[in-house]
Amino acid sequence: MKILILIGNVPDTTTKVRFNADKTAFDPTGIQWIINPWDELALTRAMDLKETTGGVVSEIVVANVGRQETEGTLRKALAIGADKAIRIDADAKDAFYVASQLAQVAKGYDLIFAGIEASDYNGSAVGGMLAEMLEINSVSAVSGIQIENGNVKINREIDGGSQTIALPLPLLAIVQKGIAKEPRIPAMRGIMMARTKPLEVVQPIAVEPKTNITVFTLPAPKAACKKIAEDQAKDLIYLLRDEAKVL
Amino acid sequence: MSVLVYIENWDGKLKKVSFELASYASKLASEMKTSVAALSLGAVEESELVKLSAYGISTLLVNKDERFNNLDNQAIAKAVARAAEKTNASVVVLAHNNLGKAVSPRLAVKLKAGMVSAVHGLPLSIDPFVVTKMMFTGKAFGHVAIQSEKKVITLSSNSFGMIENQVTAAIEDFDPGVSETDFITKVEQTNKITGKVLLNDADIVVSGGRGMKAAENWAPIEELASLLGAGTACSRPVSDEGWRPHSEHVGQTGKIVAPNLYFAFGISGAIQHLGGVSSSKVIVAVNKDPDAPIFEAADYGIVGDVFKVLPQFIEAVKEIKS
Ligand SMILES: Cc1cc2nc3c(=O)[nH]c(=O)nc-3n(C[C@H](O)[C@H](O)[C@H](O)COP(=O)(O)OP(=O)(O)OC[C@H]3O[C@@H](n4cnc5c(N)ncnc54)[C@H](O)[C@@H]3O)c2cc1C
Ligand SMILES: Nc1ncnc2c1ncn2[C@@H]1O[C@H](COP(=O)(O)O)[C@@H](O)[C@H]1O
Repeated sequence: MKILILIGNVPDTTTKVRFNADKTAFDPTGIQWIINPWDELALTRAMDLKETTGGVVSEIVVANVGRQETEGTLRKALAIGADKAIRIDADAKDAFYVASQLAQVAKGYDLIFAGIEASDYNGSAVGGMLAEMLEINSVSAVSGIQIENGNVKINREIDGGSQTIALPLPLLAIVQKGIAKEPRIPAMRGIMMARTKPLEVVQPIAVEPKTNITVFTLPAPKAACKKIAEDQAKDLIYLLRDEAKVL
Repeated sequence: MSVLVYIENWDGKLKKVSFELASYASKLASEMKTSVAALSLGAVEESELVKLSAYGISTLLVNKDERFNNLDNQAIAKAVARAAEKTNASVVVLAHNNLGKAVSPRLAVKLKAGMVSAVHGLPLSIDPFVVTKMMFTGKAFGHVAIQSEKKVITLSSNSFGMIENQVTAAIEDFDPGVSETDFITKVEQTNKITGKVLLNDADIVVSGGRGMKAAENWAPIEELASLLGAGTACSRPVSDEGWRPHSEHVGQTGKIVAPNLYFAFGISGAIQHLGGVSSSKVIVAVNKDPDAPIFEAADYGIVGDVFKVLPQFIEAVKEIKS
């Protein structure tokens, strides 16, 4: 069984975001880049499956659409344990563009993992679009996955509860919280080995994005917090009713 | 040209989000000077469907095939695409929830449509079609233009609200064009959250963090929530510790909520937590640390002990409810 994991390269989650002067582009100065948190958990789960299913998982490949700057992130994925990385050398213009590029390299896998959203543009689109382009099954909000005789058993969250479902392969699983508890941290040996693992660079195909960001705005600054004394706490509830009018 | 909205049901009833979606789609259609149609798939009570006419829905395409209730992404995407073609929809609107997120990208590819998820409110302009959405987990917003002729959007819950607009609705039987082989998902077990306000539906959310100290201290949070008809939530470490179920975890890596009122008890207000709650209209924070970052996001705050404040809140709520 071959597993492919789509890896987004995103700013560290504690980053203060800044834009260029006319607010049309993200300013990457001084940004620390990380593997999108969901993708890191997907990779962690894939590694667990490889180690616990006794040879069922033969290969774990990671893929990213990005420029050379994203190679640090791909090397980290290799250090965590992926066998091979593929980078499609293009700017990630929009979800349709990214999924179209990934479709060129994503054929022939039994299981593909994507994250539920990238923490930068919060698109929640690439995984589902890729599944449709590959004409394979997809399941979203996946919080657990097991492999049992060539089939997968999945826990997913639904609006109003959770479900256990069974699906045949090939499959694209869009993962969220629960898929793995803590992301794996690369060990020294993994970091050494990552240097010699293959990182293939693929040229992009010509495709037009369907959306573009015209401008960024920052949230309006909040008015100062109105403080109430601890022993007057009841007053706050009355303020919520009479002043904020939310009760 | 028209607007199509995909309406969701659960347990035979329409979901609360469906009324916001209906209100939104009918308003969008009127701004676009076109008509609106709604699509409902799966077993649902007739008396529920007619409620949509109070929110501006005049045409309802309905297919009650129970197999849709298994929430198979492929089958639903296929049926919605067919409805979009039938109604010649230029914009399809879905909810930004688990199902909407699963179906919309597949639908967008089928329709050759550009897609934007988690849209806030009505478009800024129709031609060009520009919408606003939250980005960088709440740290910024972006205006996104969709160039393609067809568009798919998912609406952030509570970003538009419900607007009554009574019309007469015609219900049409809809042939979804799916066959047995389209329903691939085999559901083995479903755990329904019952007797509680669902977090995504809640107008008020009462949330606790590590400052609550232990699972057994949650009784006052639950009491306050039940008095207010609110949903309960928690920070990530609280669900990681197993004090509360994972379904309650809000924040960047949990759920994103946007209630009218969010109470944060013993939550420090880490950036990843705020990412999930910053769109709330009013935030109330109770924390014993005056420098806790939650106070920068809060509208009202008490620097104090949660265990002293919670009983006073409960008492005051009882007073105003009586
Ligand atoms: C990639 C990533 C993603 C993350 N995603 C999320 C997420 O989705 N959601 C999330 O919540 N976190 C997330 N986190 C974790 C986040 O960074 C914080 O660690 C977490 O939100 C802290 O939870 P807390 O506020 O409950 O606990 P703490 O930070 O420990 O804060 C507890 C607070 O309680 C106060 N307190 C203690 N006792 C009392 C008392 N008796 N009365 C009043 N106040 C009291 C303290 O002053 C303190 O401010 C993420 C982290 C990372 C790295
Ligand atoms: N540039 C990219 N390269 C590879 N995978 C990506 C890229 N962008 C997004 N993804 C994948 O798609 C998921 C959802 O991203 P998005 O649709 O952009 O929110 C991410 O968690 C990744 O798994």
